Amino acid sequence: MSMSMKTYLPLDSAAVALGADDVAAAIAVEDASIELVRTGSRGMVWLEPMLEVASNAGRIGFGPLTPADVPGVLAAIGSGSTHPLALGLVEGIDYLARQDRKIFARCGVNDPLDFDAWQNAGGGQGLTAARAMSPAEVVDEIKASGLRGRGGAGFPAGIKWATVIDTPGEQRYVVCNADEGDAGTFSDRMIMEGDPFCLIEGMVIAGYATGATVGHVYLRSEYPIAAQVFDAALVAARDRGLLGEHFDLQLFVGAGSYVCGEETALLESLEGKRGQIRAKPPLPAIEGLFGCPTLIHNAISLASAPWILAEGASAHQGRGVGRSVGTMPFQLAGNIRFGGLVEVPLGITLRELINDFGGGTRSGRPLRAVQIAGPLGAYLPDSMLDLAMDYEALAEYGYGIGHGGVIVFDDTVDLANQARYAFAFCAVESCGKCTPCRVGAVRGVETMDRLIAADGDDSRRPHRQLLQDLCEVMVDGSLCAMGGMTPVPVMSAMKHFPEDFS
Amino acid sequence: MEPADIDQDLAALVSPHLAATGGPITALRQVAARYGHINKKQIEQVAWQFNLSQAEVKGVASFYDDLFVTPQGRHRVRVCTAEACQSVGAGAVLAACEDAAGLTGEGTTADGNITLQPVACLGLCACGPAAMIDGKLLGRVTETAIRDAIAALGE
Repeated sequence: MSMSMKTYLPLDSAAVALGADDVAAAIAVEDASIELVRTGSRGMVWLEPMLEVASNAGRIGFGPLTPADVPGVLAAIGSGSTHPLALGLVEGIDYLARQDRKIFARCGVNDPLDFDAWQNAGGGQGLTAARAMSPAEVVDEIKASGLRGRGGAGFPAGIKWATVIDTPGEQRYVVCNADEGDAGTFSDRMIMEGDPFCLIEGMVIAGYATGATVGHVYLRSEYPIAAQVFDAALVAARDRGLLGEHFDLQLFVGAGSYVCGEETALLESLEGKRGQIRAKPPLPAIEGLFGCPTLIHNAISLASAPWILAEGASAHQGRGVGRSVGTMPFQLAGNIRFGGLVEVPLGITLRELINDFGGGTRSGRPLRAVQIAGPLGAYLPDSMLDLAMDYEALAEYGYGIGHGGVIVFDDTVDLANQARYAFAFCAVESCGKCTPCRVGAVRGVETMDRLIAADGDDSRRPHRQLLQDLCEVMVDGSLCAMGGMTPVPVMSAMKHFPEDFS
Repeated sequence: MEPADIDQDLAALVSPHLAATGGPITALRQVAARYGHINKKQIEQVAWQFNLSQAEVKGVASFYDDLFVTPQGRHRVRVCTAEACQSVGAGAVLAACEDAAGLTGEGTTADGNITLQPVACLGLCACGPAAMIDGKLLGRVTETAIRDAIAALGE
């Protein structure tokens, strides 16, 4: 029965952390004739490790599995009977079926290093379309698509691309920022583990459009599986001519520093130095890596280029709301029942993400706070969850989408502790270059400690005033977003959860 | 100035990275991986090989968490203490680690067996609390599971 059985199991870090390798070993022990393909993850993390079995109707899912479940699941498949962990057709699972997978269309489907499978699934079509145009036309296409940087700032991508091409220089670079340090985010990791050729294709397109011949991917060291898969993907891409003559790529693994996710600190680090930020201007597009014009983008921005080119700017522009267009891989994290990756058009509300996809809190307790956009992002109360994930709608409050992370907290959270953590994190990770950030973060921790220790609203009031003043100085005086946005979680927590500070 | 005694083993470790992008960082990572941590003599030699000042190389080594400049334990227990994991009990997991290893916060046990390192984010934010023990990833970690894993590291 198992002679022709073809199965798929993720090699993705989250799946492995939940026991995927043990499940793979159990399958091999049970029946060595079963073909097992290790893939990326579909992003339904609560179902991991999820085994998929090929059938005439499509892939059938089983999960979440433990090694002990393997004999029963294989027997059920063999006899065509049902199993309590059977999930039906994977692509029919509501969580996946309701998404609009474009960037992540292939993630979790095939062996991430199988170049032929990648091509058969539509890989490479964006590059083919790009090469049929002039570089300037490709830049126009990106401009027309309305793509904005997915790393946090939301800057229009096409303007960056045009600036690089318009700046004279002997050497230009494309740099991919995969230093995904924001807590609550894992989309860069997932694309690099699940569809590395997609990112490579995006970078080749960017190189073609901007005249760059060399690219660098800066990956954080906390992602060893992503490094391993991506390194192997580079070899395969050179073998198959995706990389080589006109454009080549290198992988650089960081050494443990959050601030290196800031683009100028990242460039310093790539030059082998301390990850200290540079004052802007000059913008990296004009003076970037080794002083050369450099297109530096988050991994998801670059991985968006292939489908934009393949389907046309209007397909991207036609999704979303207002000036927030295209799809965004949101990452549902923290205390959430159905955590994972949800790629949908921008404009979706937090409530839809958290309730309709996420199923509410994992603990079953009432939701109290949601932090959007990582450690420099705002804490929002339940009453604000109808806010749309729209750059402009959030900017009205001084908040952002960041890298698409959504962290859910139940009613056991104490927002004063979270505000303290925001300062403490900044104190550890500040590069030290500017005083408001380097000193402000330390003063912030001290002030929060005094506020927490103080008894009653009257004795807490002066500390709140001091926090207001301190945050104002950090916002106005810091050189980069590290110090400039650490006040966002602090001030949003104080504003929306005043009872935790009084 | 050439260091008094060139360690050929170290020189061989460093030389492949001399012309590489981000070379000093990668070279120092190799040094830390080979020798456990980076000492003053090694900084002197790496600086000489890259034609950088010792201050620059020491500055790099001390900036990054992975470029250990102090002795490390034989085993590394990394526990995520960032927001997503906080929301599902990372604090209790860290406390269990501290108790099991006999440490308070980041540090190495007196017998040099275990280094405990709270980290901010392993990218396992939908299946926290997360930890990594000697390169092995762990999701939805319970206090019991982490205690058992630390006990299994022996002395």
